[in-house]
Amino acid sequence: MSAELGHVFLVLALGMAIIQAIFPMIGAARRDGRMMVLGPPAAYGQFIFTVGAFLALTYSYLQSDFSVAVVARNSHSLKPLIYKISGVWGNHEGSLLLWVMFLALFGAMVARFGRNLPKSLQARVLSIQAMVGIGFFLFMLITSNPFDRLANVPFEGNGLNPLLQDPGLAFHPPFLYLGYVGLSVAFSFAIAALIEGKVDPAWARWVRPWTLLAWVFLTIGIVLGSWWAYYELGWGGWWAWDPVENASFMPWLVATALLHSAIVVEKRDTLKSWTILLAIIAFSFSLLGTFIVRSGVLTSVHAFATDPERGLFILMFLALVIGGSFLLFALRSDRLQAGGLFAPVSRESGLVINNLFLSVAAAVVLYGTLHPLLSDAILGIKSSVGAPFFNLVFGLLMIPLVITMGFGVHLKWKRARLKAVSGKLKLVTLLSLLAAFMVLYVTYGGGIMPVVWMGLGIWLLLSMLQELANRIKLFKVPLKNSLDRLRRQPRSSWGMSLGHLGFAIGLIGIVATSYWSQEQQKVMPVGDSMTIGEFTLTLDDVVAVAGPNYTAVRGAITVTDKDGNHYMAYPESRTYVASPMTTTEGAVRTTLSEDLFIVIGEMQGSDRWGMRVYYKPMQVWLWIGASIMVLGGFISLSDRRYRIGSPQGKKTSQKNKGKQAHAV
Amino acid sequence: MKKPATKAGMRKKRRLYLMFTSLAVLGLAVLLVLNALEDSIRLFYDPTEIVEKGIKPGQDFRLGGLVANDSFERHEVGGILVNKFIVTDGNETVDVTYEGLLPDLFREGQGVVAEGSMNSAGVFVATEVLAKHDENYMPKEVIDSLKKRGQWQRYKSTITNKAGAS
Repeated sequence: MSAELGHVFLVLALGMAIIQAIFPMIGAARRDGRMMVLGPPAAYGQFIFTVGAFLALTYSYLQSDFSVAVVARNSHSLKPLIYKISGVWGNHEGSLLLWVMFLALFGAMVARFGRNLPKSLQARVLSIQAMVGIGFFLFMLITSNPFDRLANVPFEGNGLNPLLQDPGLAFHPPFLYLGYVGLSVAFSFAIAALIEGKVDPAWARWVRPWTLLAWVFLTIGIVLGSWWAYYELGWGGWWAWDPVENASFMPWLVATALLHSAIVVEKRDTLKSWTILLAIIAFSFSLLGTFIVRSGVLTSVHAFATDPERGLFILMFLALVIGGSFLLFALRSDRLQAGGLFAPVSRESGLVINNLFLSVAAAVVLYGTLHPLLSDAILGIKSSVGAPFFNLVFGLLMIPLVITMGFGVHLKWKRARLKAVSGKLKLVTLLSLLAAFMVLYVTYGGGIMPVVWMGLGIWLLLSMLQELANRIKLFKVPLKNSLDRLRRQPRSSWGMSLGHLGFAIGLIGIVATSYWSQEQQKVMPVGDSMTIGEFTLTLDDVVAVAGPNYTAVRGAITVTDKDGNHYMAYPESRTYVASPMTTTEGAVRTTLSEDLFIVIGEMQGSDRWGMRVYYKPMQVWLWIGASIMVLGGFISLSDRRYRIGSPQGKKTSQKNKGKQAHAV
Repeated sequence: MKKPATKAGMRKKRRLYLMFTSLAVLGLAVLLVLNALEDSIRLFYDPTEIVEKGIKPGQDFRLGGLVANDSFERHEVGGILVNKFIVTDGNETVDVTYEGLLPDLFREGQGVVAEGSMNSAGVFVATEVLAKHDENYMPKEVIDSLKKRGQWQRYKSTITNKAGAS
């Protein structure tokens, strides 16, 4: 019964979306208030009905109702509760439902928090949100209905892929989707602005919190995915430049650029067309990302759904949304008033350079991802583009970006002097050069790139710290005075500082773990031992254990470091009952200085065990840095000035102007 | 400020600067991309293509096909695990060796993609075995290769038979 109810809800939500798409748009064009006010209630209705549909599907999962095709394919009655719930979106149909639910959620949020927006702008934004929604509702109802029933009801479900049974992955898609879908708001604002023919600092102030919200969720989603790959897949890597990873990374790069270019629109009333274009591209990448994962067009480890029949619909939808918005951009962008000019050395120039490198980097990742597809389609040559390509090109593009970042935050708006900034950064530069030489000395013979990158990372970190210190006039006024200033920093500048500091910390972690990781493999009997770096591992015992839906062998390993300190590690190799498949559960010990990652493999027919150990220096810094970035994003979002969708009247903006003029 | 005429001129000049910088960065990126691509593109061959194209020893590429039934054996050489198996596309076969633990999803009769090169004895020495997909999923390249060699229907029927039997 619940499946039929869910189906009805889905159709009703589609109906609401159609109302929301048509009437506010016509109303805004005719300045007809009665038609425009239909937007918000339709948005609420659409949201409530999609939540209803989602709950209906979740109920089918919780009841293990195997007459519903999706549940039978992806669930199992013995599965732990949390994975029954996460199973709802662990497949094609369910994940689409989650997608539209978030889309409707953001629509409802624009309706709720955007009440102070100009009426016509809000109406148009809601209408465009709904148009995207219609595409997704139709896609689901026509090609991938999650509520289809089976004629022959099986006794037991197929089970969720064991690799997906992990808390990291349970919450990775929802956050990623919140990020993808959040960018739809910036997209809708951009299209609405094109229709209205007006982009001004107020528009940028409305768009920025939505972009920031999407960016924060996207960051969380990407990091959770990476964290899952690191802990669960057990191959010791956290990023493989896999097409699916790239698909989430490209919108992130563009969203990051958008976040920065919107600041220029807000502060200097220029760079408008570019910002609009970025908003369109960011959401286009989101759609591309959603469908790259879901269509299996690219060979990928994540290609759980390989179904070309849906491809046609997807292609048409993408062509309509992306092509349509680019066409609109081409037709209307000249109506946007060109902004003022700005000096080559200034904060805004720094932000333009940031945008330049971020978007070129996104283009490079796009090309590398699509190259195998293109070469197969055009030349008939099957090939793959490996990680070395991305590491090299992306890495080289990041060097000028990092340098721009370190200088840029010290530059003043309108006109700055490079000499003054490099003077300010003298000590910082000296210190990081010293650090680089120390790295060179310690790792002598290990290549020059890690030294350069470590130096850059430390330089960036120090430069950001110095910027904060300058802002609170540390050592220039009494300490108490400085602390006072620190406390009174507006939250948006805290956001900037934390975002950049987190990036620097994460960068240092990435450099260390990328360049100085070690790996050892050995096949050995119980009682034997092996060494990696300064650690000695002894295999004390191997026992068989049983979990709720798997059986496993578990190794007991004593790890001893050079000082004689030791701890026990218990890696497992699990075999799942529902689908005959094994997964490795590595034993990871994380400290600030390194991760030690131990994997055990079964050798059938002998009492010897395959051991694989990874030594990953400073791996945890990557997660710490990313968390700081996310924290910065949330703090910035809570700034009164950016409180979601509440545009300030003239009064408040002037009141705060003096205080926050220097904040980003 | 300056006179309007110079302001317009300045705007033009600065726009030109910006365009040149952007073009320079883009051009540099394109050069980099082309240069890096040459080294890191791995072509994909199936066993028949290896024979047809006469792939030289030492050239890195990706090999894909099915792991032949009853071909998988492993030995331990000085604590290092050495795996040997045969990859087939139903037409030709290639012997493969790989040192180290194989991925969880490696199995006889299933698709596999491996990266590495041929040695002088005509054995494919794999440096990496990619079998990270789930148990139902076949690498797209292997599907295409099997279709080309007329083996796809047979493979599909063995899979469905297995599924029906279990």
